[in-house]
Amino acid sequence: MILLSPEDWAATQGKFIALWTDADYAYALYQPQQLVAVALQDGTYPALPHPGANWYQRLAHDLNGHTAQGATDTRPAIEHHRGPDFAAPWPDFPAPDVEGVHQIAVGPIHAGIIEPGHFRFSLLGEEVLKLEARLGYAHKGTLALMRGKSPRLAARYAARISGDATVAHSLAFAQAAESALDTTPPARAVYLRAIMAELERLANHTSDIGAIAADAGFAFLDARFALAREYICAAAATAFGHRLMMDIIIPGGVAGDIEPAGTEAIRDALAALESELPSLTRVFEDYASLQDRLIGTGIISPELAAAYHPGGYTGRASGQPHDARIEPGYPPYLDHPIHTPVQTEGDVAARLRIRLEEIPESIHLIRHWLHNLPTDALAYQLPPTTGMGLGVAESFRGPVWHWLHIENGAITTAFIADASALHWPLLEHAATTGIIADFPLINKSINASYSGVDL
Amino acid sequence: MVWKTALHHLLTNPPAPAVADSAQVQDLRARLKAASVIKLGRSLAIRHVPAGSCNGCELELRATQNLIHDLTQYGLSFTPSPRHADILLITGVAARNMVEAARQARAAMPDPAWVVALGDCAIDGGVFKSSPAVQGGADAIMPVDLVIPGCPPTPQQIVQSLLTLLEANSLEPMAKPRRVRSRGL
Repeated sequence: MILLSPEDWAATQGKFIALWTDADYAYALYQPQQLVAVALQDGTYPALPHPGANWYQRLAHDLNGHTAQGATDTRPAIEHHRGPDFAAPWPDFPAPDVEGVHQIAVGPIHAGIIEPGHFRFSLLGEEVLKLEARLGYAHKGTLALMRGKSPRLAARYAARISGDATVAHSLAFAQAAESALDTTPPARAVYLRAIMAELERLANHTSDIGAIAADAGFAFLDARFALAREYICAAAATAFGHRLMMDIIIPGGVAGDIEPAGTEAIRDALAALESELPSLTRVFEDYASLQDRLIGTGIISPELAAAYHPGGYTGRASGQPHDARIEPGYPPYLDHPIHTPVQTEGDVAARLRIRLEEIPESIHLIRHWLHNLPTDALAYQLPPTTGMGLGVAESFRGPVWHWLHIENGAITTAFIADASALHWPLLEHAATTGIIADFPLINKSINASYSGVDL
Repeated sequence: MVWKTALHHLLTNPPAPAVADSAQVQDLRARLKAASVIKLGRSLAIRHVPAGSCNGCELELRATQNLIHDLTQYGLSFTPSPRHADILLITGVAARNMVEAARQARAAMPDPAWVVALGDCAIDGGVFKSSPAVQGGADAIMPVDLVIPGCPPTPQQIVQSLLTLLEANSLEPMAKPRRVRSRGL
């Protein structure tokens, strides 16, 4: 960590990842892993000029009451100011000053089986002029619950930041705790963690690709991809005892070994997916009516992506090649060159192609690691010492960062940055490139986590 | 002839005792349940409300609709509108910011309706229960008829539990879940 003067803090260049505060400092994280801090002055710090910093500055105000001096966006992030009867006045959602503009309010309860959030569309006919997302509905006070607990105990909260990325969050949390307490996990645990992380990537990619196809009217593709996801989850349950592999990764290692029958179950699920993937991919390439919905829809231009440099498929489809498995990198990926697909179209189709391309890569990695599992221990004890640590893991939707400050074995402060924090503002932009009927497709193609940012 | 016999029977037989015997109660229950089956047609519509979950329960809830678990084959389907719903299915803790919306969804449902709390968080707040941002489980904000434990519950558990709710409210036992054999992808 580098302590900066307020002037240097505000002038820091680089690819911004996250910002947070504790009792004394404001911290900012830049790619690949550069942590800078500035001392708080009467609970304030200079606002950062990066567009991605907006959400974090609003969040720091809601969580800790710290104000970013000079920030232009001061809307609440997760604070709804609810009274004793839980009612809250609606905030003002200003519409663009155009003749004939009208608004559509959607949520917090959506039509499908998804998380809660409010979308306010300003429209001219069908054309979306502006989208404003109001989040915070799933706020559970997770960061506060982590304080005062040992890393092993707090790992249960890390696993429930975002259920679809439970493995990635558990992994980032474990790596942050291990870095803070100077512990290296056993090699077998490192490999098992990576196998679980890639299985999670496959489960989400298959299920989301199918869901996008379903939104474009191709129920057949959804049925087949949902089946692939089901086989992967069933194999995960056989191998690790839990379909989502929740709570298996713990600081210091893993909580259990892979079952002998699990290895075979995973190989079967991978083989089934691998054999059907080419024919399913061809459907995306062959059907004009499907391409008509996906190509040119929900564009995030490379210029816009360069300003936010989001991670995951959202970034990779718009020319941002960043992958936390490569940079800053963590074991065991450091020993295996990973091919990260990058495109520049930035539309729904490009995000979908990136995800289709990532599937064979994950299958290959899992097979390799299953074949070469080291045979040392599963977990080491963490010493009850003091330290500060950063941990990162590339979830299916992008990098998730965990930052921990541990004193005598108990967490004093924690912060968690899900990749979604940089995806939400891009979704607001992407929605304005199309008509309202395309929004479900655009939303699913980015699939930002609500719980992951509401914390 | 039949009418005469029936009239004679009614006039000469003593009236039924004021306290019904257990067999009659059983009979009434059966008739009531039959009525509910007629009313609901054993085809229940579910409105899912996420009240503060981590989205793990949503993943498994969606998995109940895939080719393996196929919840729809039992007459259970998801509806986007609470106006069309018989079951309010709540996932996640009762987050303070979602209490108002969840109660509005319940109020918009026609009776009879059931409230199901799905997952450990919806039962009592789960790991988040001591947080000031959380009211507790679903029963902290409305009466709950059925709980489905698990973090998250598996699709099998969800399907089984929902069928139990259906069985408890229908005359005939449900048909045995059809075995679906997977034939690879």
